[in-house]
Amino acid sequence: MPAVATSTTHARRRGALLHRIDVKGAPYAFVAPFFVVFAAFSFYPLVYTSWISLHRVELATLDVMEWVAFDNYVELWNDSRFWNALGNTITIGVISTVPQLLMALGLAHLLNYRMRGSLFFRVASLVPYATSVGAAALVFTMLFERDFGMINWALGAVGLDPVDWEADKWPAQIAISTIVIWRWTGYNALLYLAAMQAIPADRYEAAAIDGASRWKQFTHVTVPGIRSTIVFTIVLSTIGATQLFGEPLIFGQGPNGVSGGADNQYQTLGLLLYEEGWKNYQMGRSATVAWAMFLLLVLVFVAQRLIRRLRSARTS
Amino acid sequence: MATLHSSSRRRTVAALATAGALSLAVGCSGSDESATGGGKKDGKVVITMGMYGVMGFKETGLLEQYEKENPNVDIKAEIAGDEQTYYTALQTRLAGGKGLKDIQGIEIGRAKEIVDTQADKFADFADVPGTDHFLPWKQSQITTEDGKVLGLGTDIGPMAVCYRKDYFEQAGLPTDREEVAKLWEGDWKKYVEVGRTFKKDFKGGDVAYMDAASGLFNAMVYGYPEQYYNAEGDLIYDKNPAVKEAWNLAADAAEAGLTAKLRQFQPGWDPGLANGTFATAVCPAWMLGHIGEKAGEANKGKWDVAKAPKGANWGGSFLGVVEQSPVKEEAKKLVAWLTAPEQQAHIFKKQGSVPSSQQALESPEVKQVTSEYFDNAPIGEIFGAAAQEIPDKQVLGRKDGTIKDTFSQGLTLIEQQGTARDEAWETTAERIEKAVG
Repeated sequence: MPAVATSTTHARRRGALLHRIDVKGAPYAFVAPFFVVFAAFSFYPLVYTSWISLHRVELATLDVMEWVAFDNYVELWNDSRFWNALGNTITIGVISTVPQLLMALGLAHLLNYRMRGSLFFRVASLVPYATSVGAAALVFTMLFERDFGMINWALGAVGLDPVDWEADKWPAQIAISTIVIWRWTGYNALLYLAAMQAIPADRYEAAAIDGASRWKQFTHVTVPGIRSTIVFTIVLSTIGATQLFGEPLIFGQGPNGVSGGADNQYQTLGLLLYEEGWKNYQMGRSATVAWAMFLLLVLVFVAQRLIRRLRSARTS
Repeated sequence: MATLHSSSRRRTVAALATAGALSLAVGCSGSDESATGGGKKDGKVVITMGMYGVMGFKETGLLEQYEKENPNVDIKAEIAGDEQTYYTALQTRLAGGKGLKDIQGIEIGRAKEIVDTQADKFADFADVPGTDHFLPWKQSQITTEDGKVLGLGTDIGPMAVCYRKDYFEQAGLPTDREEVAKLWEGDWKKYVEVGRTFKKDFKGGDVAYMDAASGLFNAMVYGYPEQYYNAEGDLIYDKNPAVKEAWNLAADAAEAGLTAKLRQFQPGWDPGLANGTFATAVCPAWMLGHIGEKAGEANKGKWDVAKAPKGANWGGSFLGVVEQSPVKEEAKKLVAWLTAPEQQAHIFKKQGSVPSSQQALESPEVKQVTSEYFDNAPIGEIFGAAAQEIPDKQVLGRKDGTIKDTFSQGLTLIEQQGTARDEAWETTAERIEKAVG
């Protein structure tokens, strides 16, 4: 019966088509929600921010936009506050990231030992990470307070002069770094710990047989074994340091927080962005800072890639 | 060239802006950000209010009283601690047209900006009956050029000097408030001179004469009708001799080490009050409540209030109703009631915020008020007299609040960093340029 035959071939064909759509198309359908959300909440704002950054526009009157082309960028380039904020972002980033990762490495190494109550210590090391920035920064602000803070009190107890933690540049940056270090060390330690536990035990046994000390084992087995995780944490910390905002804002409190101290001594790029947008109400300039930050991150990663490629080219 | 963009795009930007600001706007949690104001629910009128600091309506029980007298009204008040944070959130919400309260507090430093840029977003009070009792200059600050009244005045900020009697005694200075006022009568320079004597003669330990140079600066600047802007709206802070004079005297005080190097209303200031690290503070009337609360029971009676060298107005607020409010008329009625002479007098008695209502100021019950905390100082008399000395004209500018903060920071540079005063002035001018340009 040809009619039936054609209909079955039709059905078969249609089935094959559906099957092909299913196989080829379904993955797109499954990843689509992310990209739709990404387009709406990441890509669109990114593009729109760049559009705003080419205008002069105030927060109170967002409907009045004046086209200024790249004036905002030129102005930012010539603005000493930008270079000051960039410098502060880098110095605070370095003095918070380096000790933080080193301490995390040490902590992870210790947690990796067989010991009683290890679960308790692992959970405990995550507690600072679970604390909100606001709460942590507020508590530290009180500790670092000039006249009645605990840290100056402790310094006085051992006969040292009190330090004006907020007003002086380096003390302020160190104090802010302390908050960052306190919050993130445990988190990084747990990442390292997870990586360390994936290192096969026989490497340690082999090293022990060769007579390697604990320290030698750490430097020659553990660290190379978790190298990719270390790179990962460095990347994460760099992004985090570039966006540093909550800690210095709360550390300064009020108008001083927004401008990163009376002398901008701890103003980061994030704070500069906020000051332009929500204190001076200049959305165009604020968007320009946002784009400068984004471009900086891109620059850092391109440079990092290049260095890596040069290095691998040299070794091979 | 200014181009107008569609409102939907505007809304998207505003939403993004709001998201950014909200991450910081403490004290606005739990509210419905999507709608404006209250509404009518189960036969009840719900009126929402957004305020900051200690405005006194909730604290002195006035809101409760209104609810009791008007059983069909339900008031929901939300109070942010810090005005800067509050205003930033208000700005973003006004820009987005969402998340506003029916009634919004407006601080004097922001009044001009609202009048200039957002008059169309606030309801008009010109036609509300029984609102002709305010000090004329107060009312004019919130009135647009074409006569639209965007809000009603709450308090004003006449000034005095709060001082520690026990410290004055130890420094060999008079302690009686009349005699203390005589020490610096008529000139802020004398106030600083007394400070030099205090520093020289006080042997009781590490106590500074005044809390912050910025307090003195504000007190002096606010004594003039024109401060940072002239009546035409031009920025004149760098040419105004009043500002320069205030800057120099405040810098003198800072350089002579007369200040405790604190920042008012910032961390360190409150414990400074509690532990008595300074002997005087220039105090607008609304600051009395703060001092009493933070200095605590232990220092009760040690503080007193003396007349300031010159009259000035520092601070004060307004209550406005947003145009979009679904319960606009009810909200306007509530604002008119809250700012009526009787209610203003009530707030003054309870917490010391001086009425902006001429009628309330002249009432005997206001004149008789004394402060138990400040050794029974006759604050009704002192601040009542100080209110009369406020210049009749008070020119406000668009960025007054921001410029005030910037000057405070500039003085902090001299106080804490030891920056030379000219250099600090340069920096301040640059920052003002950035902030207003």
